[in-house]
Amino acid sequence: MGFDIRIPIGYLFTIFGAMLVLFAMVTAKADMYQRSLGININLWWGAVLLIFGLLMIFAARKSQAQTQQARKADRQQGQSPAKSANQ
Amino acid sequence: MNHSQELQWIDYLIMIIYFGFVLGIGFLLKSFMKTSSEFLTAARSIPAWVAGLAFLSANLGAQEVIGMAASGAKYGIATSHFYWLGAIPAMVFVGIFMMPFYYGSKAHSVPDYLLLRFDKKTRSLNAMTFALMTIMSSGISMYAMALLIQTLHIFDAPFQMAGLPETWVFHVSIILSALIVLGYIFLGGLTSAIYNEVLQFFLIVAGFAPLVFLGLKNVGGWSGLKAELPTAFVHAWSGMGSPHNNPLGVEWFSLVMGLGFVLSFGYWCTDFLVVQRAMAADSMSAARRTPLIAAVPKMLFPFLVILPGLIALALTRPAQDPPSGLGERSAAKTAEVATVQDSLIAPQVNVETGQVVKDKEGNPVLDYNTVIPRMLLHYFPSGMLGLGLTALLASFMSGMAGNVTAFNTVCTYDIYRAYIRKDGSDQHYFKVARFMTVLGVALSVGAAYFAAAFNNIMDILQLVFAFVNAPLFATFLLGMFWKRTTGHGAFFGLLSGIAAAALHQGLTLPEGSVPGIKGGWIAVVNTYPSEMAQNFWTAIFAWTTCFLVTIIISLATAPRPDNELRGLVYALTERQRDECVAWYQRPVTFGIVVLGLTLLLNIIFF
Repeated sequence: MGFDIRIPIGYLFTIFGAMLVLFAMVTAKADMYQRSLGININLWWGAVLLIFGLLMIFAARKSQAQTQQARKADRQQGQSPAKSANQ
Repeated sequence: MNHSQELQWIDYLIMIIYFGFVLGIGFLLKSFMKTSSEFLTAARSIPAWVAGLAFLSANLGAQEVIGMAASGAKYGIATSHFYWLGAIPAMVFVGIFMMPFYYGSKAHSVPDYLLLRFDKKTRSLNAMTFALMTIMSSGISMYAMALLIQTLHIFDAPFQMAGLPETWVFHVSIILSALIVLGYIFLGGLTSAIYNEVLQFFLIVAGFAPLVFLGLKNVGGWSGLKAELPTAFVHAWSGMGSPHNNPLGVEWFSLVMGLGFVLSFGYWCTDFLVVQRAMAADSMSAARRTPLIAAVPKMLFPFLVILPGLIALALTRPAQDPPSGLGERSAAKTAEVATVQDSLIAPQVNVETGQVVKDKEGNPVLDYNTVIPRMLLHYFPSGMLGLGLTALLASFMSGMAGNVTAFNTVCTYDIYRAYIRKDGSDQHYFKVARFMTVLGVALSVGAAYFAAAFNNIMDILQLVFAFVNAPLFATFLLGMFWKRTTGHGAFFGLLSGIAAAALHQGLTLPEGSVPGIKGGWIAVVNTYPSEMAQNFWTAIFAWTTCFLVTIIISLATAPRPDNELRGLVYALTERQRDECVAWYQRPVTFGIVVLGLTLLLNIIFF
């Protein structure tokens, strides 16, 4: 119902990932990374979240395009579009 | 406190963006909410993987994240029994065997199934106790969150800046989280709760996975952790022969029967809070796969929520001796580790007096519930800290939202429509559903303050509900798989099961406790090695009593005709054919794979 949940998840993680990566670049030399055992965890984990977010958006877009294409094909064949929307 | 750390702008910004998204999902769904069934049951339109992650997340409330890390620090890897033994088998069972009746009967709730299968009185008993229980647990969840925020002084800085008194932190935490949950459920109903639960699932993984990584790196990996802890803490099964050889204080029989069978199946197979997620799925096949999909991440969650507790214990233990002296720790690294942290597991502090809470012998009582947030504050720099705290808040809210969406459905359909107004229009029930949502949140806030003021009464109430829940699975098992079971049998079986639970608890006592809330309030006939052993045995007694009484009374009362039971009972329902083509989408195959992997995990951590 409604919309594909992957889209908000994708955007949220893309935003969080980008924020963390940018913040990590600005604060790269800061003392606070001693907490995380000298690892710039913001940079690495931010990058992971960014990639995950983009993949989610990509997957949602792809399946959206597929549904639309299937609908188009159905209409051309004169079938009811509701049938294929469930696939 | 050496690790208290000021939150920076980025941490607050992450929280604000998250709450913006949460409410945004509600707003986007608002236009799709036109009928009461769209609002309360998501019009059965949720894809399997979404329902599956929501099934997991709805249970991932405060008790789970905070409590499991606390148990990890208290009991070690044996805590994983609450997952591998106390959840996965029941999740597989409900998916394969019970979902055909829940979903196929077109019942809109678990109490509604009881009405279809048995009678009004059984339905009402279940609906009323369930509604009260959801409010109570959602209130306790809110109280726990507010207390945690207050104890750790996480949000003190902005309050100081605004010139507000520190005591407001507690009130604002409760009111604000209640308003956010109310906002997104009021707008988008069950769909909104489910979508947000999926979001929360990913957020919790994103927030806690790096914590486990850093913690493990700190103690020198799994082998470093093992060297640091007594052997009983890193083995799940090897000490289960006798209650004195393992930190849980239970033996294998009560563990398997009490936790693995009665309590676990009683929760995962009959609690509407989780079952509702599967009932919202878009097809029978999706509904059956929902708990199975949830079982896969569930199986791996011990690494996310129990390991932090173990790591904290490994880093803190030199300061505090193990609770029961179950083995000698290695002498290596002791001095070094002792200086690293002194407060990952800190003594409990009374919020009002600021004094350290002490037990009878004058030793400080340890506050295991702050393990996870203390780890977050210890390891995460600003940025990740904001994400970690947001994940923690998200878990509290998902627990609350799950309770509220189950409450409004049961109150609207099983109480209001059944007893107050039977013939209203759908639009009328839609309005009632929204009203029940507001009522549910308001009552939860009330319950949170009640828990804050009367902790003891809350403990008694929780005990009473434990009695109510213990026998439930016997009723469902007989109802679904023995067509001769009657309504009278079910109802009086349940009542006598509840009575048996109360009686058993009143006659026994865990070692080292005084008669009272912990048991023995009638007389002390038997003493158990631990509170957990007593709980497991209470459940076993309740279940067995309910099972036997239900059978006896059913045989003495008139059976229902077969044609009324079609689709409700195993013998009178067509077998499910797995219409999906792909083998991994077949519930039975999927279930076997899940059970096999769980067995493997048990062997690895034996």
